[in-house]
Amino acid sequence: MPIRTVMKANEAAAWAAKLAKPKVIAAFPITPSTLVPEKISEFVANGELDAEFIKVESEHSAISALVGAAAAGVRTFTATASQGLALMHEVLFIAAGMRLPIVMAIGNRSLSAPINIWNDWQDSISQRDTGWMQFYAENNQEALDLILLAYKVAEDERVLLPAMVGFDAFILTHTVEPVEIPDQEVVDEFLGEYEPKHAYVDPHRPITQGTLAFPAHYMETRYLVWEAMERAKKVIDEAFAEFEKKFGRKYQKIEEYKTEDADIIFVTMGSLAGTLKEWVDKKREEGYKVGAAKMTVYRPFPVEEIRELAKKTKVLAFIEKNISMGLYGAVFTDASAALINESEKPILLDFIAGLGGRDVTFDQLDEALSIAKKALEEGKVEKPISWIGLRKELL
Amino acid sequence: MAVRKPPVTTREYWAPGHAACAGCGCAIALRLATKAFSEAMEEKYGDPNAFAIAQATGCMEVVSAVFPYTAWKVPWVHVAFENAAAAASGIEAAWKKKGIKGKILAIGGDGGTADIGLQALSGMLERWHNVVYLMYDNEAYMNTGIQRSSSTPYGAWTTTSPPGKYSIGEDKPKKWVALIAAAHQVPYVATASIGNPFDFIKKVKKAAKVDGPAFIQVHCTCPTGWRTPLEKGVEIARLAIETGIWPLFEIEYGDIWNIKIQPPGGGAKVHKEGGRVVRIEFKKPIEEYLKLQGRFKHLFKRPEAIEELRNQIKAMWKVLGVEAILPKPEE
Ligand SMILES: Cc1ncc(C[n+]2csc(CCOP(=O)(O)OP(=O)(O)O)c2C)c(N)n1
Ligand code: SF4
Repeated sequence: MPIRTVMKANEAAAWAAKLAKPKVIAAFPITPSTLVPEKISEFVANGELDAEFIKVESEHSAISALVGAAAAGVRTFTATASQGLALMHEVLFIAAGMRLPIVMAIGNRSLSAPINIWNDWQDSISQRDTGWMQFYAENNQEALDLILLAYKVAEDERVLLPAMVGFDAFILTHTVEPVEIPDQEVVDEFLGEYEPKHAYVDPHRPITQGTLAFPAHYMETRYLVWEAMERAKKVIDEAFAEFEKKFGRKYQKIEEYKTEDADIIFVTMGSLAGTLKEWVDKKREEGYKVGAAKMTVYRPFPVEEIRELAKKTKVLAFIEKNISMGLYGAVFTDASAALINESEKPILLDFIAGLGGRDVTFDQLDEALSIAKKALEEGKVEKPISWIGLRKELL
Repeated sequence: MAVRKPPVTTREYWAPGHAACAGCGCAIALRLATKAFSEAMEEKYGDPNAFAIAQATGCMEVVSAVFPYTAWKVPWVHVAFENAAAAASGIEAAWKKKGIKGKILAIGGDGGTADIGLQALSGMLERWHNVVYLMYDNEAYMNTGIQRSSSTPYGAWTTTSPPGKYSIGEDKPKKWVALIAAAHQVPYVATASIGNPFDFIKKVKKAAKVDGPAFIQVHCTCPTGWRTPLEKGVEIARLAIETGIWPLFEIEYGDIWNIKIQPPGGGAKVHKEGGRVVRIEFKKPIEEYLKLQGRFKHLFKRPEAIEELRNQIKAMWKVLGVEAILPKPEE
């Protein structure tokens, strides 16, 4: 019987790791993810998890050790955030290029300077081109479930790519919520043993991994990563369906809420989706035809689902906790690219909100709504991007 | 007729066909190291193949693993420039979990070890991984075209330490990574040289057989970067030992008072007290080593720089507890 209990997202991530039974874990503490390696240390110390836990001297070495371990053919896990993830950046490309299905939990946190330990998604969004799949959790249950799902997809032979699962700093990492811990046997059935055919360090079957590739071969390796990412879309759907069957919880790449007759749909990720749905309820009562959508998967980008969503509405507005300096938010930019050749498309708007842990309030969402309404009424936009909740007196 | 047993196995793990420059001393080091490693594995585990390599970016990596070819007959993983020690830690952990018996050999150049990879090396040693880290010390970043590293000796020309009106070449003393490694109090630390292959083989075997981490810094020549004749590599390396430029020593468990010094040969006079080397009178001046190499050519117009180098070498020996007498060439 699954156990229903309450825990923080960090604990949920540690539990997910325990259930997935990685053989090698390497981690380095960073707020807000520190509790993950702490909890895993306890599991290992108590014999509840039979894994090698390498207490590395940095995040760079954490991910490097996991590349070594995954190249040797075992299931691996780590957790980090923010500067730690940025320090891993170089090796994230290597993990993907070597086709190693490493899974990592991210307590999504802003990047310095100035130092800020609170939530936004700039850390993982900045890794979007590394070849890692990216999942974002709305709540602590999703943090646990998506880590299990990440292994399922990452280790699928049609994919073989690493994956990160993000959950918002403090809003989730340090907040206690009800979480159902699934049965070990069901997780075992769902994930199975990881027995890679392409990555192993076996003295009696020597292979060379991580070679140099000249221009004659390099581009094909990039293409194959890209193609695997494309294939992952279907594999994710299959994994979501199997997960629902086994665990009873339903996941979709984009989950819609009251979108059927909406004129304006707001799209977001992570814990903000919860706030957004509640706000939509309120606005519906006030007579606004608004809907919400939550992206659970950001890489591979859910192109088809965004197109379907776009068909349903007159304004598609993104609310995102990250910004690509010199342009717009990354999610908006990606969604715009997904819609570029559609003959009919809604007005597209981008709202940058909640950077560095600022609460995204109903007032701010109202501010976004009034901008969206104006665009809808006028049928045009002057500037697709707006920063909401800015303290103008500080500027 | 009696057939003499070869000094080391005839098995090859670093196969012919790699693309190192002709005369590359580091290629010699890797070939010998893998052979010695395999012998140690045979003696320790009854399986000559019970090892794998994690290697840093650098000359020896790019010349040996160009897709779709490989020069490696042993499992081999390259991750990046600075993380061979961390990658080796991961492989070792995975082997432990998989129940594979054997040892990991991590390999890095002086740049990948003394500079950008020093942190990962320290972490690996301090965590006591069952890994031998072999630093092949060709005293510069060769792969990117001969730039100085912290292991480049004083006075040497490199493309980023060019001698000029305001420069004598590299202007800092060489960093002795072996001593930094020894400070971790690990079971085994040694320096070695391709100029004394028997000693090198012996040390690799010893390192491979200890339980826990070991570190070897092997001096190996680079005709391309040192501006030396292709065929003189081993001779030059030997001169480094004989002139006092390159000490051969072993330190077990960080016990610097129990440091074992391999007498340099070449006519040097070794004085011992209580079994411990306390003074070495070298017979050959360091100039004999320097003069064969284009990278030191400019020093001969700046005798005060050679004098400074001599002082630095004495200071290094002093750290090892040895008074080094370094002669000047006869005028
Ligand atoms: C992070 C990073 N910085 C720089 C480089 C470029 N790079 C590759 S090899 C190398 C020098 C290697 O020098 P060393 O470790 O001494 O080995 P050698 O080439 O002499 O064998 C450099 C600077 C890199 N690959 N990665
Ligand atoms: S540059 Fe030097 S170290 Fe590199 S392959 Fe050539 S000789 Fe060997």
